[in-house]
Amino acid sequence: MTAATEVDARAIRRIAFNHRLSHWDVKLSPYLYISPFFIVFALIGLFPLGYTAWVSLHDWNLIGGQGDFVGLENFQTVLAQPYFWISLRNTFSIFLLSAVPQVIAAIAIAAVLDFNLRGKTFWRMGVLLPYVVAPVAVALIFNDLFGDKYGVINQLLNTVGIESIRWHVDIIPSHFAIATMVNFRWTGYNALIFLAAMQAVPRDYYEAAIIDGAGRWRTFWSLTVPLMRPTIIFVIITSTIGGLQIFDEPRMFDQYGQGGASRQWQTLTLYIYELGWNQRNFGRASAVSWLLFLIIILIAALNFYISRRISATSDKAIKVRPIKARGIS
Amino acid sequence: MKRFPRPTIVAAVAGAAAFALLASGCAPAADSSESEGGKIKLTVATFNEFGYEGLFEQYMEENPDVTVVAKKAATSNEARDNLTTRLAAGSGLSDVEAIEVDWLPELLQYSDQFVDLTSDEVEGRWLEWKEEAATDADGNLIAYGTDIGPEGVCYRSDLFAAAGLPTDRAEVATLLGDSWDSYYAAGETFSAAGTNVPWFDSAGATWQGVINQFDNAYEENDGTVIATENPEVKAAYNSVLDASSTLSAHLQQWSDDWTASFQNDGFATMLCPGWMLGVIEGNAAGVTGWDIADTFPGGGGNWGGSYLTVPTQSEHPEEAKALAAWLTAPEQQLSAFASKGTFPSQVDALESPELLDSTNEFFNDAPVGQILATRAAAVEVTPFKGVKYFPINDAMQQALTRVEDASMTREQSWEQFVTDVNALG
Repeated sequence: MTAATEVDARAIRRIAFNHRLSHWDVKLSPYLYISPFFIVFALIGLFPLGYTAWVSLHDWNLIGGQGDFVGLENFQTVLAQPYFWISLRNTFSIFLLSAVPQVIAAIAIAAVLDFNLRGKTFWRMGVLLPYVVAPVAVALIFNDLFGDKYGVINQLLNTVGIESIRWHVDIIPSHFAIATMVNFRWTGYNALIFLAAMQAVPRDYYEAAIIDGAGRWRTFWSLTVPLMRPTIIFVIITSTIGGLQIFDEPRMFDQYGQGGASRQWQTLTLYIYELGWNQRNFGRASAVSWLLFLIIILIAALNFYISRRISATSDKAIKVRPIKARGIS
Repeated sequence: MKRFPRPTIVAAVAGAAAFALLASGCAPAADSSESEGGKIKLTVATFNEFGYEGLFEQYMEENPDVTVVAKKAATSNEARDNLTTRLAAGSGLSDVEAIEVDWLPELLQYSDQFVDLTSDEVEGRWLEWKEEAATDADGNLIAYGTDIGPEGVCYRSDLFAAAGLPTDRAEVATLLGDSWDSYYAAGETFSAAGTNVPWFDSAGATWQGVINQFDNAYEENDGTVIATENPEVKAAYNSVLDASSTLSAHLQQWSDDWTASFQNDGFATMLCPGWMLGVIEGNAAGVTGWDIADTFPGGGGNWGGSYLTVPTQSEHPEEAKALAAWLTAPEQQLSAFASKGTFPSQVDALESPELLDSTNEFFNDAPVGQILATRAAAVEVTPFKGVKYFPINDAMQQALTRVEDASMTREQSWEQFVTDVNALG
């Protein structure tokens, strides 16, 4: 009798335990599955972020390490440096000169690749080729083009009687040259992303539009572009983040890598490098890193706000425009 | 609630455990310098070309209980980043670490991180200024000298001939004289002949020669920055810019235009440390007429050169020190000179016939060994280079560039230099 109840109790306990296990399983396993990403992110994303903030509040030398706690002094110092503001200006200028033409050119290239071309794969791989080339190699090639004295472009200009452009002296030409390298590298990559988005547009929409009498141009603007909007927003946001952190191309633009004698093309990342590795002042370098981080967050938030508005209007556009088109035809 | 089969939990736990293992596997593996079969393993980290490859073999044959493992970085910048990062981390350095003379100021600050290499065996082995630069305030020698960069003046004899100037290297040495004034005056004579070729490459390159002849240009020995008040610096700034306004090609050294100019008659002379001969030969391939004169304006000059150090992180400091001493002995440095052309800094090596008899075919068979040995002996000044020397010199180079590319006037650019130096804080 007692033995039987004991067995029962044990069985009940085991069942209860199994229930509890499966309960935990359901509740916890999903978190466990996604945890690797967050553990890695905490290790190589969150921790450096926090540590940089800690460093930025101290006197900190590259070799000597931690010095005195100085509060916000590093931030005050760098904000008072003209080179910080010059770098900020250069960063935005190079970013705009690269991002805007890049997105427009990438959409145009994608639209061409979307046609039924002969040797499709060849052309698609072709536009991706510059992306495979290392940025340093790109810089080496472009430096031959953009030499002040013996560069190919200036020698061509001279033969048609135009004066040499001082790529490494004047501000806008230097930004233009650097933006060209960035565009060379990233346009093809973005074009392929746009191409994928274009091919995801259901073909019946086009058929309907053509039956309604819309031309190629009209279908592109009223159908393709609105339906690609999420992809366009994605490309704009990623190229914003990349553009504000641009480093390789301006660093390779001359032999010193400091952004020119008057800091004509010094970007914020180059400025961080100069503070950290040339002046060995990790405190100030970390302060600028944090300022850059805040700037990127600000711009990303702005992007997000604008892009939400755009995607809201895009829904309207799709609903409204085909009806109008029908009305016209 | 649907019941999940138990294996899920097991798999999840196993997965997480595997991940944890993976993560801990990323921790740096201890660099085992312990013996295989009772042998001591010594790692030697160098960069570019030290010419040591054959020497390591020889050392292992002569010392059977030692295994030498060579680590070679492609560029000195890479080696420097590696050295400073691992010094800061407190582990991971090789038993013998090669360094460049330019890094000494900041490494001397942390001289307690390096083994004191003073010993009777190496007493008086090097040129005095070479050894002095690696000695800290307490008299500890932290590095053994390997090579040096004594400077002469390289010139294009064909362009000299076109301008009606002498081309023989002894006569050219007399023409250039031994002061900056006579060097610039020769340039004016050259320009007056109407060859339309600039005299030297850039104000910045010339500045390097000038500034290394001052004991304390930018900083006092106690580290006080005097760059912006030192009248000598301002005077040198003005005199170099005076010369550059008529004589310079305005080609910043190492820029692409500078490299290309060797194929385009870019300039007629340049200040030329021993290792620059190889650079010129590479850039000017196919151009005939380069030669080197046994003189240097304003006294001697040295540009560059390296050392070997033994970090205190080494587990076998005594053995590492012995290896470094052996590698930097005159005989070994002569063999490195023979294999890679690194010019030795050891007094005995500089007197050896092997070095003195060497000539360079590209430079019109000039007796470069003889010339550079004389140039090394002419170096008198060991300029003080404190921690801020390089940022200040960078700022100065940029100041000179701003005037050369006409983006600022001489005065504006000086003001900017003062601001830059003050910002170093």
